[in-house]
Amino acid sequence: MEKSIKTQMLIVGGGPGGYVAAIRASQLGLDVTLVEADRLGGTCLIRGCIPSKALIHAAATFQGIREAAAGGKFGISLACEPKLDLRETVRWKEGVVDRLNGGVAGLLRRAKVRVVAGWARFSDGKTCVVDTEQGPVSITAEHVVLANGSEPVELPGIPFGGPVISSTEALSLDELPRRLAVVGAGYIGLELGSAFRKLGAEVTVIEAQDRILPLYDKQLVKPVARWLERSGVMVHLGAKLTKFESGIASIEAQDGRALAIEADTLLVTVGRRPRTEGWGLESMGVERDGRFVRVDDQCRTSMKNVWAIGDLVGEPMLEHKAAAQGEMVAEIIAGHRRRFDPVAIPAVCFTEPEIVSVGLSVGEAEALGEAVTTSQFPFAANGRALSMEAGESGGFVRVLARKDDHRILGIQAVGVHVSELSGEFAMALEMGATLEDVAGIIHAHPTLSEAFFEASLGGLGRAIHI
Amino acid sequence: MGQYSFKLPDVGEGTAEAEIAEWRVKVGDHVEEDQPLVDVMTDKATVELTSPVTGIVQSITGQAGEMVAVGSVLVVLETDGAEASAPVAAPAAPPPAAAPAQPSQPKPAAQAQKTADKIEQSMPAAASRPTSSAPARSPRAAASPAVRRRAEELGVKLQFVQGSGPGGRISHADLDGYLASESAASPGAAAGVGYAKRSGVEEIPVIGLRRQIAERMQLAKRQIPHFSYVEEVDVTELENLRAHLNAIKTAEQPKLTVLPFLMRALVRVLPEFPQINATYDDEAGVVRRYAPVHIGMATQTPRGLMVAVVRHAEARDLWDSAAEVSRLAKAARDGKATREELSGSTITLTSLGPLGGVVTTPVINRPEVAIVGPNKIVERPVVRDGQIVVRKMMNLSSSFDHRVVDGADAAEFIQRIRAVLEHPATLFIG
Repeated sequence: MEKSIKTQMLIVGGGPGGYVAAIRASQLGLDVTLVEADRLGGTCLIRGCIPSKALIHAAATFQGIREAAAGGKFGISLACEPKLDLRETVRWKEGVVDRLNGGVAGLLRRAKVRVVAGWARFSDGKTCVVDTEQGPVSITAEHVVLANGSEPVELPGIPFGGPVISSTEALSLDELPRRLAVVGAGYIGLELGSAFRKLGAEVTVIEAQDRILPLYDKQLVKPVARWLERSGVMVHLGAKLTKFESGIASIEAQDGRALAIEADTLLVTVGRRPRTEGWGLESMGVERDGRFVRVDDQCRTSMKNVWAIGDLVGEPMLEHKAAAQGEMVAEIIAGHRRRFDPVAIPAVCFTEPEIVSVGLSVGEAEALGEAVTTSQFPFAANGRALSMEAGESGGFVRVLARKDDHRILGIQAVGVHVSELSGEFAMALEMGATLEDVAGIIHAHPTLSEAFFEASLGGLGRAIHI
Repeated sequence: MGQYSFKLPDVGEGTAEAEIAEWRVKVGDHVEEDQPLVDVMTDKATVELTSPVTGIVQSITGQAGEMVAVGSVLVVLETDGAEASAPVAAPAAPPPAAAPAQPSQPKPAAQAQKTADKIEQSMPAAASRPTSSAPARSPRAAASPAVRRRAEELGVKLQFVQGSGPGGRISHADLDGYLASESAASPGAAAGVGYAKRSGVEEIPVIGLRRQIAERMQLAKRQIPHFSYVEEVDVTELENLRAHLNAIKTAEQPKLTVLPFLMRALVRVLPEFPQINATYDDEAGVVRRYAPVHIGMATQTPRGLMVAVVRHAEARDLWDSAAEVSRLAKAARDGKATREELSGSTITLTSLGPLGGVVTTPVINRPEVAIVGPNKIVERPVVRDGQIVVRKMMNLSSSFDHRVVDGADAAEFIQRIRAVLEHPATLFIG
């Protein structure tokens, strides 16, 4: 006998979009069922943001110790070379993931969300069957929230498998690749490539466009490019991978030359695509927007009471966007009036050094016809940055404000640990802050946040420390 | 030259289609950006749709009164060169402020129109905002997320609110000011009366028990053709008996209200009317007649209306029925009633007690087929044997599922109930 469940709100996908929607809906008194085929937490928690940041942290620690051993920096010396056991590193990372995964399960349990483990297949917009270990369960819902997420894209002709890996496998390797070729110099490729470089692999980056991190402007990317160069990461821009066979990556370089790069592992990070296949989306009859599911600013699909959030509905494919949409959809279903209208969705890139961009870039502001003034403050003039060896990376904070009323329209930063400044940047934009507002806030000394304060003062023509 | 297809945008609250109320343009008209094209009506409000582009109307689809689906093309406009590349996709939805109605409260079309007017009046203020040459998507009015959220809930478009903060930032106080001025501007408000105007709308999500009640009531009224019948009953004798029983009752016995007598009347009479102590499964096309009489008691609780069920009323005497009624009512009010105690009734009694009124039109507790509601007892002058005498009178309101209960049977049933109530001894004989 097939078990059947009737529920007010069915959420497909237990990632940050889905589980946040579930908890919020439950807070609002809705009866919620969440279906997840894999572990709770989604890409972000299981095979994305969290494990990659853990690996990056371990890599930075290892590199720091190695540098100390080699150069006697800070007067530290080691009796022998530090060694790395990647299996142990991965095990520690798994511990972090397990803890967060258990945390999400606990939160859902406490919120009394019904969690069904299995792969949902839709027969129509409001009904799906989940193949669970206990047999098929049929679920009918008044509201369906699609939060199926995304998956890595393969290169045509070079499918994943064996030495060809995606970011997922890169986070769980048993052994450190000796020579790693990374295809795609977006943030995922560069974050992982840099981490493997720090762990001791030889890393080559192959990028089809003529620049790395194409989403950020040249000035912001420069410190990252410099680190890659100094660390011996070879970057081939405007290059195309033509073949990968028996440890040789054949590329066609920008100038038309054919190059052969030795690589025991090929990490393909050429993007992610929304997961729109294999679960019956085609039988639901919801409209598409290119590869994505089309939604309006309330995350409604073209079908009544079918909602979609997160990576499924478009760029940026970021955890915090999915979570915000999930929360909003839960509230709308519970009868609130909401609209997805953030001033800014912060983007953070955990390269060496880190990059943050919130709000408009200079180019975007100009395209909108805004007359803007920009002001930049270098970390080389920030005491805290110097005290942690972060002054020489070429990092800075840049503030972009309207010329007439000084309203801040965008903030960018590049430098060590700047990801932690993203919250203050986003707050300034969301609150509609002006340069005077930031200049009027006492920022603690010595912290990196003083660079934001000084950049704002600079925009008013009265920076103190430069 | 380019073409712009104006599609019916999502006019809000999950409407899949809307009715064309009135065309404001015809083929060949030149329309300016933001000029009204058409008024459409959803089940909630009338919404004025404005043109996102400037151009000449090439074709219009649908006539007033026709239903059109969200996403279907309403108007095709010929635009000049600059607009040639305008997306053929649905344009940004018109300011939802034009449809201020919240989901639960249908508002008259006139008011939607009023708000639309208000917006037009406010336009110049918005245009004077210090932004440069009309950017395609300029950053919105500066306001904190909390202010934006409140405005959204209130259905206020922030670009029409004047901000007092630096850079025109809008605070909660600015929003309050806007709301106050908006209500002050409404017509019919005589100046200097001394009564303050009220403003603000509170939205209460219809969820949980309230939502269940709403759905059940809606289904009952939509599915069941109600036949309602009211008869007056002389309860003088019944009231004498009740007063007597209450006077001689032991301390343990509960005080008797009219309800136990009515329940007695039902169990006494229903065997003669098996079609009325029944449920109708309209999907299966089956009426189920029940031998036992499980009487549902409509009970007001702090969370809303619930129906507690006195099971096997036929096997209970007056005292037992009274005790069960008060036990169930308390359990329901305390939220402690079990599922069994809240389901399985075969007929329902609904009494507003002292609020009984003259007549009610009870809604049938689906899938049952009958519901009976006593109204209040009053002393009235009535004519008996040519004399005017004072009698205690009570109206009995009732509704029946007319699909399976004929009017004559319903009337006969109530007449029998009346007969046993007017001669209380017969409640206990036979």
